[in-house]
Amino acid sequence: MSEATLERGMNAFREQMSAPVAAFFSSCVNCGMCAEACLFYTETGDPKYTPIHKLEPLRRVWEQEYTLWGRIKSKLGLTEPVTDALLEEWEMLIYDGCTMCGRCSMVCPVGNDISHMIRLAREGMVAAGYAPEGVKGASRRAVTLGSPMGVKYPALAAQIKHVEADTGLSIPVDQEGVDYMALLSSMEIINFPEYLEALARIFKQAGVTWTLSSEAFEATNSGIQIGSSDIARELVNRVVVAAEKLKVKYVISPECGHAYTAIRWEGPNLIGRPYNFKVVHILELLDELRSSGRMKTEGMEDARLTFHDPCQIVRKGGVLEPPRNLLNMVASNFVDMNDSREMNWCCGGGGGVSANERAEELRLKAFKRKKTQLDELNVETLVTACANCRLVIEEGLEAYHMEIPVVGLTEMIADHLVEDKE
Amino acid sequence: MSESIDFLLWVRGPGFDIALVIFVVGVLIRLLEILVIGRKPDYSEPRGAELGAGLLTVVTRTAPEPGVFKRSPFTVVGGYIWHIGFLISLFLFVPHIELIHATLGVRWPGIASNLVDAVAAVTIVTLIAMLFSRLNHPVKRFLSGPEDYLTWLVTFLPMLTGYVAYHRMIDPYTLALGLHILSVELLMVVFPFTKLMHAFTFALARWYNGDMAGRRGVQS
Repeated sequence: MSEATLERGMNAFREQMSAPVAAFFSSCVNCGMCAEACLFYTETGDPKYTPIHKLEPLRRVWEQEYTLWGRIKSKLGLTEPVTDALLEEWEMLIYDGCTMCGRCSMVCPVGNDISHMIRLAREGMVAAGYAPEGVKGASRRAVTLGSPMGVKYPALAAQIKHVEADTGLSIPVDQEGVDYMALLSSMEIINFPEYLEALARIFKQAGVTWTLSSEAFEATNSGIQIGSSDIARELVNRVVVAAEKLKVKYVISPECGHAYTAIRWEGPNLIGRPYNFKVVHILELLDELRSSGRMKTEGMEDARLTFHDPCQIVRKGGVLEPPRNLLNMVASNFVDMNDSREMNWCCGGGGGVSANERAEELRLKAFKRKKTQLDELNVETLVTACANCRLVIEEGLEAYHMEIPVVGLTEMIADHLVEDKE
Repeated sequence: MSESIDFLLWVRGPGFDIALVIFVVGVLIRLLEILVIGRKPDYSEPRGAELGAGLLTVVTRTAPEPGVFKRSPFTVVGGYIWHIGFLISLFLFVPHIELIHATLGVRWPGIASNLVDAVAAVTIVTLIAMLFSRLNHPVKRFLSGPEDYLTWLVTFLPMLTGYVAYHRMIDPYTLALGLHILSVELLMVVFPFTKLMHAFTFALARWYNGDMAGRRGVQS
């Protein structure tokens, strides 16, 4: 990362300006309704967490440089400039107090896509040097080591060996010409190797040809979280190069929220062209294998269970029904939370918040929202499809002394797989 | 008496022309300066249709999301009442329709004056309640600056002066009517420089929101 200065930050803010941003700021009437959709406000009651307020630095740039009236006001000294002090104060609101979950964008009466603007505002923040150390560290490791958690290929190779030994299946690596290239998140490699095992078993049964790439196995993208297009582009590009080299038809985004946003939605724009392959989320692929009859399961979970919709996969990713179709395939007592699908509540740790140690206390406070949702349902198991949500929820449950096991959906499906008897 | 007639003639003549020019030119500049910034192309493969989703959001966002409605019913209901009341008073009061007809050559049927009167009374009371809410609600108070109170004032004054003129509460009537027209001109002049612009840009904002979500297969 080159040296961060206010000037670079201002340039980055300017680069983010677009007709939608101008329309959004022009339309805000300070009605305050976005606050009611934000778990950082509802759980703390502190108005500074009102989503639109978090955008004050970007709003000032828009008003003072992109409106005639604002330019006149600036010349007359009637506006307050964007300063280092302002950005320093706002760092806490933009990074610690926002997971870019996008709930506010669903309720704004004038239609402002506030979380979209938070993503843009972070570009200016990081360029000016105002981003949390935890997220900066993760980004640095992602660029230099290949993963935000510092996981290098030998660590994955070791996990592959374990999984191969446990399942008796071989995990293909760097195999050219197969249909699918699977990505993983570091958390899945380190904390939840069950995911890789589940993939191997499901794909074996369904006859899916697939591979991992030793050069690009990491799906997470710290650049998206910290708000640096340069870093995000570098990380996406690794995947694109590997996928195009292996000539796969599809890249599978794993059980990770922001990875899907990165590779599916932002990626092509970061590299400035469409891909030569398609990106599918693992839940989309499993749902397709289910509906085409290629994936067969047996037995049902009897426990009363619910699904936590990862914001980036569901509300901001559009994968709404596949998790429900899949759960109904293996669970007889599945109930949705009161706010679900595109109106789900965030776990509180998305958008880089979980990588930001400074934000831990606030994150656990915000988790009360999920706790309330779970208390309303009285479930025995929580299923989700994002390794980050999973860890954040596990920590939250522990903090509130709740004993609810958290399970990944792919691994739950694999548990019910009708295995071939070879 | 003759002073109030001179005043009325000025606000109906040059005053109105000045306000109209500022309003029209100002709004056009504001809309243009949004659109000229443009948008970068989106290379991601769309999951859903953007056009239909964008248009749908322009309409559906009029209804509140149930969870937020439960948490801030006053803002939602109050907002509905005064916006609708304001529009009824503005566009369905027969003398207003006559004025629009004289200016633009288009007309539509109005409603009974005493009905508009009742609507105006409700609107005025609601606007006062909205001001109290802005001063007392922790989030709204926190967010609000001078512009929020200025826009409230210039929205409120035409309603108030209209009500006063209709009921002849100020003598002479020419002065009452002159003050009403002046307050409308104030609203028109302030409009392009403030968040009152949302009356036009909300459609753009909702459209962009629905369009971006629709591309991802979500109806926002």
